[in-house]
Amino acid sequence: MFGLDTKDTRSLIIVAILVVLAPFILNPFPAASAMAQFNAGYPDLMQKFVIFGIFAIGFNILFGLTGYLSFGHAAFLGVGSYSCVWMFKLLGYNVIPGILLSVVISGIFALAIGYVSLRRSGIYFSILTLAFAQMSFSLAYSVLSNPKFNLTNGETGLQVYANDPQWFHRDSLPDLPHLFGLSMRATHKLEIGAWEFQLNVGYYLCALVMLGCFYLAIRIFRSPFGLMLRAVKSNQQRMNYTGLNTRPYTLAAFVISGMYAGLAGGLLSAVDPLAGAERMQWTASGEVVLMTILGGAGTLIGPVLGAGFIKYFENIFSKINDHVLHSWFAFLPDGIEDFVVFLIHPFIGKGWHLTLGILFMLVVIFLPGGLVEGGQRIGNWVRGRKRRKSKTATKTEPAE
Amino acid sequence: MDAFLLQILNGLDKGSAYALIALGLTLIFGTLGVVNFAHGALFMIGAFCAVTLQRLFSLSFETIDPSQKDFLGNPLKVKTPYLESWLGPDAGGAIIDWSVPLAILFAIPIMITIGFVMERGLIKHFYKRPHADQILVTFGLAIVLQEIVKYFYGANPIQTPAPDALNGVANVGAMIGMDIVYPVWRIVYFFFSVLIIGGIFAFLQFTTFGMVVRAGMADRETVGLLGINIDRRFTIMFGIAAAVAGLAGVMYTPINPPNYHMGMDFLVLSFVVVVVGGMGSLPGAVLAGFLLGILESFASTTWATTTLPGINQIIIYVVAILVLLTRPRGLMGLKGVMED
Repeated sequence: MFGLDTKDTRSLIIVAILVVLAPFILNPFPAASAMAQFNAGYPDLMQKFVIFGIFAIGFNILFGLTGYLSFGHAAFLGVGSYSCVWMFKLLGYNVIPGILLSVVISGIFALAIGYVSLRRSGIYFSILTLAFAQMSFSLAYSVLSNPKFNLTNGETGLQVYANDPQWFHRDSLPDLPHLFGLSMRATHKLEIGAWEFQLNVGYYLCALVMLGCFYLAIRIFRSPFGLMLRAVKSNQQRMNYTGLNTRPYTLAAFVISGMYAGLAGGLLSAVDPLAGAERMQWTASGEVVLMTILGGAGTLIGPVLGAGFIKYFENIFSKINDHVLHSWFAFLPDGIEDFVVFLIHPFIGKGWHLTLGILFMLVVIFLPGGLVEGGQRIGNWVRGRKRRKSKTATKTEPAE
Repeated sequence: MDAFLLQILNGLDKGSAYALIALGLTLIFGTLGVVNFAHGALFMIGAFCAVTLQRLFSLSFETIDPSQKDFLGNPLKVKTPYLESWLGPDAGGAIIDWSVPLAILFAIPIMITIGFVMERGLIKHFYKRPHADQILVTFGLAIVLQEIVKYFYGANPIQTPAPDALNGVANVGAMIGMDIVYPVWRIVYFFFSVLIIGGIFAFLQFTTFGMVVRAGMADRETVGLLGINIDRRFTIMFGIAAAVAGLAGVMYTPINPPNYHMGMDFLVLSFVVVVVGGMGSLPGAVLAGFLLGILESFASTTWATTTLPGINQIIIYVVAILVLLTRPRGLMGLKGVMED
């Protein structure tokens, strides 16, 4: 289907089903129950899942295929956010021009930065992209926000004010980002028994875009172009010796992944029209690296999994506090209960980054292929055991 | 002219922090061939060694002094540090006052131990893995170290003053007949870093150990074939590099109150410094550190910021990009170091 083979079609359909049914799947606990805090099915978080999924898919096109580790991808995310909000300010709250412009502008940025950075490879490339991203961050944070020329609004963040032109804004349209009149925040609440499900317009728009991006990524992975990028990863020198100039290919991959990041940034602004410079800081670039590696670099589904995993735990894990822990371990004797809570305390709530760091190190050390490789290993282990069982079964039945 | 010299001084003291961190980074690149993203965290841990020592020294007990009253009319509770009660108020007070310089002695063994543990426990297993993996695992380690420090010390910057004697300002221009007033501690920091840098270079240049290490940097395999245990020497160098970063952090605490993410802020700039200086070149790292520090301080003058607003924020990155594009190996880069 759509020019994909059966396996890819299957994974695309699985992702599509998961994404469409996410508001139900992520809300497994009744709204009033004690476990309701583990529900992730609220619009804000689900939007983050798919948007950072797009970001990570794009990053994976560069890192997973070519092996070039960019430490500055957040710059494109930020550029995308800013362009989208500028469209809101100039044209009005319709999201379509904003998202389109964010893709175009971040593509241009990626072309310029990639053209320079890709002259070097390996660690130099990482540091060059890092330098560019930090430079963009400083520019956005302070330089481009002076009263004479205020492009980014500095620390406050760029937002839409009442005296902005908004040429195409009509009174009949909502005063928030919308898609031809359909507000991004419009949410249909579906109550089934004790459960409450929220179907949000912004989420479904982002989800549709993400499915498109995922499809495109599959096509890139399976195309001759994708094969060329993999060849760059495995041995660039040999490619050069065969008389092939690899730079156009890597540059194309860089621009594509920059555009993905810009698109993610545009969508972030579309669901919440406020763009701040902290989106460009290098810790944000580090975050997308974490997502991709954690999920599994170079695999199709890995980055999406990683993005979902990190965003879920960032929001849910950090909500658990000592009080909640005490209620969980209430069945233990008092002294032991306190001790267990004391042991777990550093890793939850505000300490969630510690858990993330440890998890990330463990993944890099023991499971370089990320969660996807972990799943495969478990699968192989289970299957291998079955096979061994059948083998031993045949062995024990020799005809004597 | 005064302003000119003042900017150079400013640059030197910022540059000495860059140079010290970049020196440690380059030592690790050059010997082990590992890109250490956790180096900034080592700098931060050094700074927190100073904080810890100061807190240890000021551990105190409370006594009630009936002769004094607090504002509610109750007898005043007086806190006396144990040190003052043991050694007398003069000696004890002096030790507490000089806790930051004393932290140097405290930090060296700690930092060397941390360096050994890091190298033997983690980084050793990453020599054969690609550079991307090394970057990622040390990046993860940096996050973990940061969060551990944050758990114990909180997220706010902690004021750690320099000794009173070194806390004021001095007129450094008096000797040459000019009027340049500059904080004493920053001058101390500069001379301290020059001392450390000189020490490292002398160590590598004039001792047998240093000679072997330099030989190992040039050709590790041959040195190994000669029957020298080069891995152990490189581990020791890692410990020394960690100690250099830690000392840079200890002495930096009075200039900038330490917080848990100060390492990350310095790390990005130090990488830029290393790249500009040339990967694997120790003199290059030091030179680039001071050069970029001075450049940054000149870009922060009012004249520069009014001509080109914001130039002080981006000058280092612009220079780094220009250098990398025109001299790909950096200012003093060696052939064959991290070229792939």
